[in-house]
This record gives sequence, C-alpha cells and structure tokens, in this order.
Amino acid sequence: MADIRGNFAGIKSPNPFWLASAPPTDKYINCRRAYEAGWGGVVWKTLGEDPPVVNVSSRYGAWHDGNRRLMGLNNIELITDRPLDINLQEIKQLKSEFPDRALIVSLMVPCEEESWKRILPLVEATGADGIELNFGCPHGMSERGMGAAVGQVPEYVEMVTRWCKQHSRMPVIVKLTPNITNVLNPARAAVKGGADAVSLINTINSIMGINLDVMAPEPVVDGKGTHGGYCGPAVKPIALNMVAEIARTADTRHIPISGIGGITTWRDAVEFMVLGAGNVQVCTAAMTYGFRIVEEMIDGLSQFMDQRGFATLDDFRGMAIPNVTDWNQLNLKYVSKARINQDLCIQCGRCHIACEDTSHQAITAEKDGKRFFEVVDSECVGCNLCAHVCPVPECITMVQTDAGTEYQNWTSHPNNPMRVAAE
Amino acid sequence: MNEISPARLSSGELAENFSDAHPRLNPQQALVASDRCYFCYDAPCVKACPTSIDIPSFIRKISTGNLVGSASDILEANIMGGMCSRVCPTEILCEDACVRNLNEHAPVDIGALQRFATDHLFEAGIQLFERKAPTGRKVAVVGGGPAGLSCAHALAVEGHDVTVFEAREKLGGLNEYGIAAYKVPNNFAQREVDYILAVGGITVKTGLALGKDIQLADLRRDFDAVFLGLGLGAVRSLGIGDESLKGVEPAVDFIARLRQADDLAAIPVGARVIVIGGGNTAIDAATQAKKLGADEVTLVYRRGAENMSATTVEQDWAKTNGVRIRYWSKPVAIESAGGAVTGMVFERSDTGARFTLAADMVLTAIGQVLAPPSLGAGDVLEMTASGRFAVDDNQATSLAGVYAGGDCVGNGKDLTVAAVEDGKIAARAIHARLTA
Repeated sequence: MADIRGNFAGIKSPNPFWLASAPPTDKYINCRRAYEAGWGGVVWKTLGEDPPVVNVSSRYGAWHDGNRRLMGLNNIELITDRPLDINLQEIKQLKSEFPDRALIVSLMVPCEEESWKRILPLVEATGADGIELNFGCPHGMSERGMGAAVGQVPEYVEMVTRWCKQHSRMPVIVKLTPNITNVLNPARAAVKGGADAVSLINTINSIMGINLDVMAPEPVVDGKGTHGGYCGPAVKPIALNMVAEIARTADTRHIPISGIGGITTWRDAVEFMVLGAGNVQVCTAAMTYGFRIVEEMIDGLSQFMDQRGFATLDDFRGMAIPNVTDWNQLNLKYVSKARINQDLCIQCGRCHIACEDTSHQAITAEKDGKRFFEVVDSECVGCNLCAHVCPVPECITMVQTDAGTEYQNWTSHPNNPMRVAAE
Repeated sequence: MNEISPARLSSGELAENFSDAHPRLNPQQALVASDRCYFCYDAPCVKACPTSIDIPSFIRKISTGNLVGSASDILEANIMGGMCSRVCPTEILCEDACVRNLNEHAPVDIGALQRFATDHLFEAGIQLFERKAPTGRKVAVVGGGPAGLSCAHALAVEGHDVTVFEAREKLGGLNEYGIAAYKVPNNFAQREVDYILAVGGITVKTGLALGKDIQLADLRRDFDAVFLGLGLGAVRSLGIGDESLKGVEPAVDFIARLRQADDLAAIPVGARVIVIGGGNTAIDAATQAKKLGADEVTLVYRRGAENMSATTVEQDWAKTNGVRIRYWSKPVAIESAGGAVTGMVFERSDTGARFTLAADMVLTAIGQVLAPPSLGAGDVLEMTASGRFAVDDNQATSLAGVYAGGDCVGNGKDLTVAAVEDGKIAARAIHARLTA
C-alpha cells in the first residue's frame, strides 16, 4: 500500500491534499469539517489587520459548460472579514484538536515591517505549522497596496519574505500571483528572501462575463462589477506551466512548490507533482462538490502509486521535469500523422471540417461516393487538431512515421534561417 | 351484449390520459440535450429530414439562447416544424441518422428540441414571415392539410393571392382530424394554422369539396395555378362481411370524432375493442380506445412487427399503454348478433390456425386510398399504379398549371413532413411559373 504522507518544507500531513486559503477555510466549523472529511491540511483564509474588511454581495462569477459543469469560477471576496482575535482563537482550537494535520495561516498586512512584526507572533502563538504570504489576490486588496500589488514587484516579495523569516520561526510559504509576465522573477525574489517554499498559482485577474441585461460584469454588485480572481479547472494549464518553469530553472528548482490551480481529481494532483510540486492545494473543486471529494483524490493517488510501483510521493515527484523543454530543443525530424480508427469513427465529420476549414485539407469526407473520413498523409502535418475535435476517445491517434533515427532541432536544422539568432 | 358506452373513466382520468404524451423539455433539459449535438459536418440528420431542416444550426442556437433564430431555421425549411416536432417518426428520420447512435445508441433528442424552439416562438407570438408586395397572381389550393397549407404559405409569402378550398369545416387535414389527441393537445393544430394564415394573402373557403362544390376546370380558368393537396378521402374495407354492423367503423372516423369532441367523456367506446391494421392510424385508434377506458384493446396485424408501417417506438407506446398486439393474424370473418358486432375470427398466417376474439367494437385501419374527384370532360389527371396522382420532380401533374402533393401523390409513407416538403416544392415551381 502506497505511503501518501506528505512532508512539505518540514510541514507534515497525512496526505498531500490541502485546502487552499479561500472562502472554505475562513472559519473553524468549515476547517473542522474539512479535516473530518480527510483533508491533509488547511491553509486558513488570509488574515489581515483589524478592523476587518467588509465584503460585498454577490462575490462569485462562473463559467459553465453545456451540462452546467463549473469550468471556471471568479471571486471578488476579500480576505477574512472577521476580527483577527476570533480567527486566532479558532486556529488555536482547531490545531489542538487535529494535531496531525497541517494548518497554515495565510497573511496579508500592509507592506511595513511593523505590521508584520505585530502579527507574526500572534500567529505563532496559535501553534500553526506555518504561514503563507498572500502576494496574489488581484482584486480589492491590491488597490490598497497589498496582495498582487506586492507580488508583482519582486523587490517587495523579497523584502517581506525576509521580514517574516526574521521575525518568526515558522516555515514561510510565498504564494505567487500569475498576473505577471514571468513567474520566475517573483519566485527568485522569494528564494532570495529566504522563503521555505512557494505556492502557486493564486487567482488570475479576470472579468468573468458581462450581464447583458444590466450591462455590467458578473457578479453584479448594485449595478456594477469589477475584475476578480479566476480559478477552477480552466486555469490548470496556466498553473502547470508556471510550476514547471520554477521546477526546471536552475536558481529556483530547489525550492519546494505547493501546486495550486484547478485541481479537481487525483490525476490533476499527480500532474502537478510530476512537474515538481511537493503537495497540492484545492479550492474550487471543494466549493463545487463539497469536502468529500478528497476521498477520491486520496484513493486515486494511492491506486496510481500502487499500480506504478511508487512507494512514496518522492518516488515520482518531478518525474516529468526532464521532459519539459524549450521549443528550440524539440526534434524537427520527428514526424507523426493522424490515424482514424474506422471501427470507432461515428462519421460526425468534425475532423474533416476542422482540417478543411482551418488547417491543411488533409482529411477526406468521401470515398467511393460514401461518407468516409480518412487522412491524406501527404497533406497531414501531424498537428493533432483532428484528434482533439473528435468526440470519440482514441478514435484519432497520432502515429510516428519517421524512422526515429534522426534528431535536429531549431538550432541545428539547415532549413531554419533563425538557427543562428536562436542560439 | 354490445357494451359500447361513453364515460368509462372519470373526467379527471380522461384529462390525465389525454394530456401531452411527451411534454416540452424544460430549459435545463433543452440545454443538456442541445449540448449533445456534435454540430456534424454535412450532418446526416439534415439529409434524413424530408424538409432538410438545418438541424445542427437550430440546435446550436438553442444552446446559445437564440430561440427565435432557432425557430427561424426550422420554420424557414418547414412551416409545420411545430407539428412535425410532435408527430414525425424521428426514430426513422433525423434521430435515426444521428451519429450519437453509433457509440451510445442514444441520438440527440432532435424532435424534442425542435418543439422547444418552435413552442417558444408561438408562445412569444413572433411572426417570422413577411409577405412581399402583392403580385396580383392567383393560386387555388385544394385541401387545407399539411401539403396545401405549406404550399399556400410559401406562395403567400411571395406575394401571390392564395385561396384555400377545404372540404371539411376546419383547416389542418390529418393534423386536425387524424392524429391522436395526446400528441397535439391544447388545440395545437389550429394554433399552427393560425400562425400560417397570419402572414396574410390567404383566403380560406371551407365546406367545399372538389368535384362536388367546386370544379377543377373552373379553378383552372379562374386562377393562374392550382395545387391539389386532397389527402386520401376513402378507406379500404376488409372485404370479409358486413362492415355496416353496429360497432364496426373506420378508425379514422373514430379518431376524428375524438379529436373534435369538446368532452371526451361523451365519446362512446367498447369494452372489448379490436383494431385491424399496422400503421399509425391503427396505433392511434387502439391507444386512444384504451385511454378512453376500454377493458381490452387488441391490435391485430396480418404480418410481423417489422412489417408494420408504425415504428417500433409507436408499437411500444401502444403496448405500454395497455394495447395487446397480435401479429401474423388476418381477419376472416365478422361475428354478429342482432345487427351488432360480437367478435371476429382470425387466421394465423403461419399455421393457418383460427381463433376468435370477442368484441363490441371493431376499428378498421388497413389503409386509405385516394378518392379521385370527378373532373370535367377532357381533363385527365395521370395516375400512378398505386392509384395516386402522378407528378414530376416539381410536383406538376399531367395537366398544365396543376400541381399536387401530400398523401394524394405519396409513395405510401404518408408523413406530414413529406407533405410539407411537397407543398414547398410545388410552391417554388408555381412561383417560378408565375414570375417567368
């Protein structure tokens, strides 16, 4: 039986599934329910200085697919709107009741050393396992010089991280915002400041949609709306890339990463972990289905590890990193062509029209006067679009057609006029 | 002991039995159903629709909340898209062609989605069609059923003045008189007729039958073109005895009486009912007899289930509603007492064995035939081998300027949707002729 216990930056938890700092972790009762459901850790919703903020109504916008599955969620809720004292009391009580679980406290106070010096001992006194610095929220708090406004300035990230390491003995996790051009810059700043770990991604700045009746962004608050933080399944690809960038870059690769962004299933979690994440944090999936989803995550992860012969999380963590590379290292001599399995084909023709209209005119629609879809190898560039628009899994696959003996990349291929500039 | 009597069930039970057989999808069901459409290239469902409705397009518009655009896609191709969404045997047309069948054996619910869009349009009271400036050309349409109304509507839109002559009191043809009530509740057939007429330019004259009250020669003289959408006016007889016995009648008469009733409790039905036939008329008559409260309804067909023109879905519907179906059995004699039917003798077509079913009501539905109207001297309408009007690809008959469509020219399937297409094609040809 696989051992899925986590040890993240020295913080132990019975499994690598933590609830991210977010609305579900704002109160004792919610967090207790999470632990009872089996979550390995909780990052308590961000604390700030008193007086607490006031939140608005409504707070979420959503993107659904046709079956009303929640694909993306956007949030304009601020940090906790409850007094600091109450939060601290509840954190202390929760930690004493669940000593084996990870309990991290997310923090966001003004960018002044005194503010941090004031709050850090109060958090430490609760017995919490560590802190996470909220440098990410793109809405509201950033207008007051906090959240993403800090996370977007590497110098501030480094400075605040250093204060926290100076004034606390707790592990410091720096939560990174994706609302930057290159995630390596704030990641490097966190490393320089002495961070024990980074977590990413925070939510993505977004307008979820416009209500065409009132002509205002969703969620509409008394006739107006604002940009908020985008999360949920739709943001996972962005998060995976940022995690991979940190995990494969020389001066950041050693720092533990807590992966966040649209994680809904055990498979999502494993994808983050093979890209280097030591654990994962979840929010939207729990908000969609309730805390019980962690059971599937734990079971799926255990089954995966057993089937693949991995005894511990470290056995597979980072396994995909060597295969994440720059474009200029991809083999230009590798050739694949689409193959349509005629036994599985339901003749919807989507591969044909996608290729005909938007790609390379490489899929026929007719054979001997009958509806028939077949790849014309001489025209197929192996782009893979047809396989993705096909509604039947495994009906269209990509098959290697080169001999597999040659390797030439962008920097060496003789036909590439950019090869010198690319070096 | 003839037991034909009305009010076998309470009015509450009757209301329940004759309520909408397949209620409209709710908005969420419609969204989920529409999301299943793959938006196929050169979609097979469109080719399977006799009126070539752009099905992927109208479904996509439902999924985006554009219901008026969706209904427009439907009605531009098929002015009776509302009725067809209720009565089309989609299981042998569009839904049979749906590519979802291959892996899942569950096609997109095209018929239900079509109803969702068209119901929205009718309830919103939106008139999609605008009549062009009057051309002054006149067209006579004989028969106010699906073929005639389709033709009349298309010609009226083009600005021609159309007069519809209908032998019965109401327009609609079989939509109004020949289809089970639970398929078209809430007077839908007349609401659809009203929508069609609302485009303007259509004059309606009811109670006038061709060859009796009006003559083809006169129509040809007074109008620039004539369209015949007569339907099938006569029923086949069993030919095995006295069909004038009390309790024996054509199923179409029973259905029409039921459809025109203000109070279903006033419609008499037997305790033991036999329906002879294998088409939708037989199914509709048998199921409605059961729903009126008959104790036993047996539908008897001379061949097997797969030979029936009623689809498997229709047969299952009848069985689910308590109708017993006896296949491979042909009627050989009618038994009677005191001038009323008491039962029928059948012969198994495989073994030759005979059996008798007791009955106090026998409804015959073994097919309808064209009752050719008497034409004036010299006017000859060429007929097909099966006794219907012969027409070309433009629905033109052998008489210049006379077109025909619907069941009176049909190939035997006699579907509403095919009649609508006939009318549409004829209107296109007539318009071309009048504007040449």
